[in-house]
Formats: sequence, C-alpha cells, structure tokens
Amino acid sequence: MLDSVLFYFFAGVAVLSAALMVTRRNAVHSAVFLITTLLATAGIFLQLRAEFLFIAQIILYVGGIMVLFIFVIMLVRLDVALHHIRFRMQRFVAVLVALALAFEVTVIVLLAGKLPGGGLFVQGAAPADKLPPNTEELAKSLFSSYLLPFEIASVLLLVAMVGAVVMAKNRRRGDAS
Amino acid sequence: MNATLQALLQFLQTWWVELVCGVVIVAVVPLIAGYVVLVERKLMADMQARLGPMRVGPHGLLQPIADAVKLLIKEDIIPRDSDALIFWFAPVISMVAALTSMGALYFGPSFRVAQGINIGILFVIGVSSLGFLGIILGGWASNSHYSIIGAIRSTAQLVSYETAGGLAIIAALLLAGTLRISAIVDAQAEQRVWFIFLAPVGFFIYLVASIAETNRAPFDLPEAESELVAGYMTEYSGFRWALYFLGEYANMIVVASVATTLFLGGWLRPFPNVHWLNWLDGLPPLIIALAGIYSIYRAGKQPVWVQSWFMWAVAFACFAVAAIFAAPIAFAPLRFALPGLNGAFWFLVKVSAYIYVFMWLRFTLPRYRFDQLMHLGWYILIPLAIVNVFSVGVAMLLESEFGWNRWLALIITTAFTLAVSVYLVHLHDKRAVMASTGRGVISDSYAG
Repeated sequence: MLDSVLFYFFAGVAVLSAALMVTRRNAVHSAVFLITTLLATAGIFLQLRAEFLFIAQIILYVGGIMVLFIFVIMLVRLDVALHHIRFRMQRFVAVLVALALAFEVTVIVLLAGKLPGGGLFVQGAAPADKLPPNTEELAKSLFSSYLLPFEIASVLLLVAMVGAVVMAKNRRRGDAS
Repeated sequence: MNATLQALLQFLQTWWVELVCGVVIVAVVPLIAGYVVLVERKLMADMQARLGPMRVGPHGLLQPIADAVKLLIKEDIIPRDSDALIFWFAPVISMVAALTSMGALYFGPSFRVAQGINIGILFVIGVSSLGFLGIILGGWASNSHYSIIGAIRSTAQLVSYETAGGLAIIAALLLAGTLRISAIVDAQAEQRVWFIFLAPVGFFIYLVASIAETNRAPFDLPEAESELVAGYMTEYSGFRWALYFLGEYANMIVVASVATTLFLGGWLRPFPNVHWLNWLDGLPPLIIALAGIYSIYRAGKQPVWVQSWFMWAVAFACFAVAAIFAAPIAFAPLRFALPGLNGAFWFLVKVSAYIYVFMWLRFTLPRYRFDQLMHLGWYILIPLAIVNVFSVGVAMLLESEFGWNRWLALIITTAFTLAVSVYLVHLHDKRAVMASTGRGVISDSYAG
C-alpha cells in the first residue's frame, strides 16, 4: 500500500513539474521544475529499491548537471535569446518529434502483452524488498561481466573532456592574436 | 476510522526511535548552530586578544538566543525587482538539504534516524551537496550584482572542490570496503586503527575540500565581506538570512561528521580494543562534571547576581548531564545504555575538534584570490586526489595479493603520493614565475 502511495506521489510530482518546466517562460523557473522532476524520478528509483540509481541521479543530475545548467542560464540572458528567430523554427520539428514519440509509446503499450517475454510486464520478478543490495550487485556486474563496455564508456568521456579543453584553449589563443 | 488509527499506532510503534531522533535533530541543530557561532566569536576574540560577546548573559552565554529572537522579529524585506517565489524558498533549500543529509548519519551507535542505509555515506554527501542550489537560486533571485557574483563564485568553487572531496573519501571507502556508515566504523574497530593514519593524504584533501564546500575562510569567496558585501546573502534579511546561516553551520556539522566517520574512527573511543584503557569509559561524565565545577568557580566572579545565578544554573545543567552519563556505569541494569551514550560523546568530541580546526584556519589564513582558489583546486588537489586513490589501491593490492606488510605498503605508497604533491607544487610555482615574468603567458579565464 505504502509503495503504491509513494509511487503515485512521486510520479504525479514528476509529471506535473515536467509540464510546468515546459510551459514556464522564465528559464530559471524551468530549471527549478526540471530539478523537481529529477528529484521525483530519484524518489521513484528509491521506491523501487534501486538506491544506487537514486543517489547517482541526485549526485550526477541534480548536483552536477543541473548546477551547470543554472550556471549557464544565469550567465546568458535567455530572455533576449528566446526572441531570437532561430528558436521559432524549431516548432515544426518539435511537433514531429512529439508525434513520433507518442506513436512509439502507444505501440509499445498496445503490444505490451504480445511481445516475447511479456514486454512491459516483468513476470516472476522478486519482490522489491527481497532484492540483494544493489550497489554491490551493480559494482560486481560493471567490473566483471561488463568491464569492456564500462572501459569504453570511460574512454569516450575522457575523449569528450579532452576535446572540450582543446576547443576552449584554441578559441582563447585566437582571441589573443 | 479505527483501522486508520490502528495503522498509525502500528507505524509509530515500529518507527518511534527514528521519529524521535529526527525531531531531536531538527529541534537541536539550530540551537547547536547558534552556540557554534558563539564559540567561534569567543575563539576569534581570544586569538585576537579581545573578550568577544560579554554582555548578554555571563560570558555572552545567552547571545545566540538574543540573536535568534532579534532575527525572528526583524522586518522581512523582499526586494521589489527580485523573483519573489524563488527568493522566498531558496534559503529553505539550503537548510532542508543540510538537515535531510543528517538523517543518514550516525551520531553514536544508537542515535541515528535511518538505520543501515546501503548507500549511507553517498546519501550524506549527495544530499548535502544539494544545499548550494539554494545559494545559486537565492543569488540569482535577488537580482543584484553582488548576489549573482557571489552565487557564480559559489557554483564554480563547489563544482571544483566537490570533485576533489569526493575522490578523497574514496581512499577511506577502499579501506572500509563498504558504504554503510556503521560498517565503516566497525571496520575501523576491527582493523584497530583510524583511517586517518592509513590514508593521511586523503584526510588532508577532504579537510581542504570540506572547508571550500562550506564556504568558510580562507575559501569564503562567495560571501567575501570586503569584496561582495555579503555575497549571495546581500539582499536577505531577518529570518531568511538566518536560514542561510543555519544551513551553513548545519553543513559544517555534516562535513565534520563525515570526516569523523570516515577518518577519525566515528564513535569509537581512543584505543577501543585495549582493555586496560577501559577506564576511559568513565571519562565523559568526569569531563562534564569538571565543566560544571568550573562554572561554579566562575559564578562567584560574576559582577551581577543574575549572571551569577545563571552560572549556577549552567553548573547544575552540567551536573545533570554528567549524572545521565554516569548512571549506566553506576547501575548495572542501565548498562545497556553505555555504548550509546559514550559513543555519542566521543563522536561529538571529534566533530567539535574538526570544527575547531575550521575556525582556527579561518582566524589564521587570509582569504584566497579567486584564481589562486581555482589553481589550488584543479592543478593540485584534484590530481593529488586521483594519485591518492591509485596509491591506496596499489597498497591494498600489495597487501592482499603479494602478502606485504600493510604498514610498509601504505608508507611506500603515501611517500609516492607526497612526492607527486611536491612535484605538483613545483610545477605550479614554475607556472607562476613564468606568468609573472611574462614569458609563455598562460592567461587565466578568471583573473583575466
């Protein structure tokens, strides 16, 4: 009972603040509602007993990425940028993407029972409170069975970081000369 | 209706310890924060050869309460051009994040809100780091230049130093092999050593990073009085300002508790496994009673009878607390409470010592310049933290795979880490010399 109450609470908060995030005019307000959405999603992770995902969501998304978002929003005057014509052109594309997404979700939900393995509905899953502590499980599978993908992802991130540094350096040299 | 009541009673029966601890934390932390401020002012006065607050109560003992009352009844000003909603709730975020993260902490073996959280220490660090959303949003919502500069500085500082601090605690986590707070302390009891001796470099990096994370001097650039008035809090007044302040001090308690848990042996008394030192268990009531006796001694020297009476009251409060601590030693049936009480005592002593170091550094060191702060974070602390994680890992491998003596392995790898730190400082000096002589100028994005 408590589980479903928590789920509907967090899900409601997530959906409501996601809607508010899209409709707010003020960029900082949007960012605040995005943070609320992310926190509510973290709450759903916790309700599913995925405590590592919960804290990763909070540390990475809310504590890291959103802070950089807000940083950029504060430095750039978005109220001016929003009136820029470039953003107006996106409306058509946005409608297309939204329609495609809606179609996909509908198909998945309609076909849910007919897919191999039961589709959306997990069958024979262990009850949530009987699961082994998932931080350890996650670490074990990341560093044993999925070591290669993990390393590839790390190298990719490193490359992205080095790339960002190189780009920033080049621009500065160009300014100086 | 009856079923609901039954469910509620059931809920209370299961969770009453946690609920009581939670209420105690929310109720007591603001009071403690107030008295930490008083201690800080008294210490600062002592180090600057002054007396500090002396007027409100004997030796200023009632100053925090007077300050709290003043802040509560002050006019609540919201600037006209501010973003009222965000301005209104930004300080609350700061406060709530700090208090929530305390929910996962163990103040002694039995005083805790949440028991055995799997991700304990990560939860504390992750949730307490949300507090600076309050700082950023508050600075932005004030719609003032000082505020926004303070907020931006705070963001840059936190992003840089949180990386170093996060990497620094990995050293202790590697040694403990778990994220559960009680298990980390148990590991230190089992290995018969505090992790500060096994990973001194990690502790040092965490110390520096935690000072920067709590915006304390010498890294108090987000609220640098001489540059930014009060930084992100410039436009705040009254109770909202007090909330920011409480958040900052609660955060100090949180980082001190994390450091205590990870590096200073948590609630273990010194030498927990040495049996002929068991008389140390009697130390807490003795120390508190001594404080009471000293209060009586001071009571005779008060100039006004009210102050003298107040000192007597303080003395009796001390004796009462000492009696509570002594009861389990004197009466065998109460023996079960001994580990909990003594654990809380030693934990709070260690936390206070850590906070004392914070204050000491604040009164000793001048404030860093912003580019110096960034250099220290990115060029020295973060590389050093990475090397430190690597060294501790290598030491543990040498011990477990090659059968080395643990201390030998750790001494060798720590020496390696220290050599790297010397090299990093040398590199930084060379860069500074090159910049000052104009050769190979590396312009800095912050200092310009």
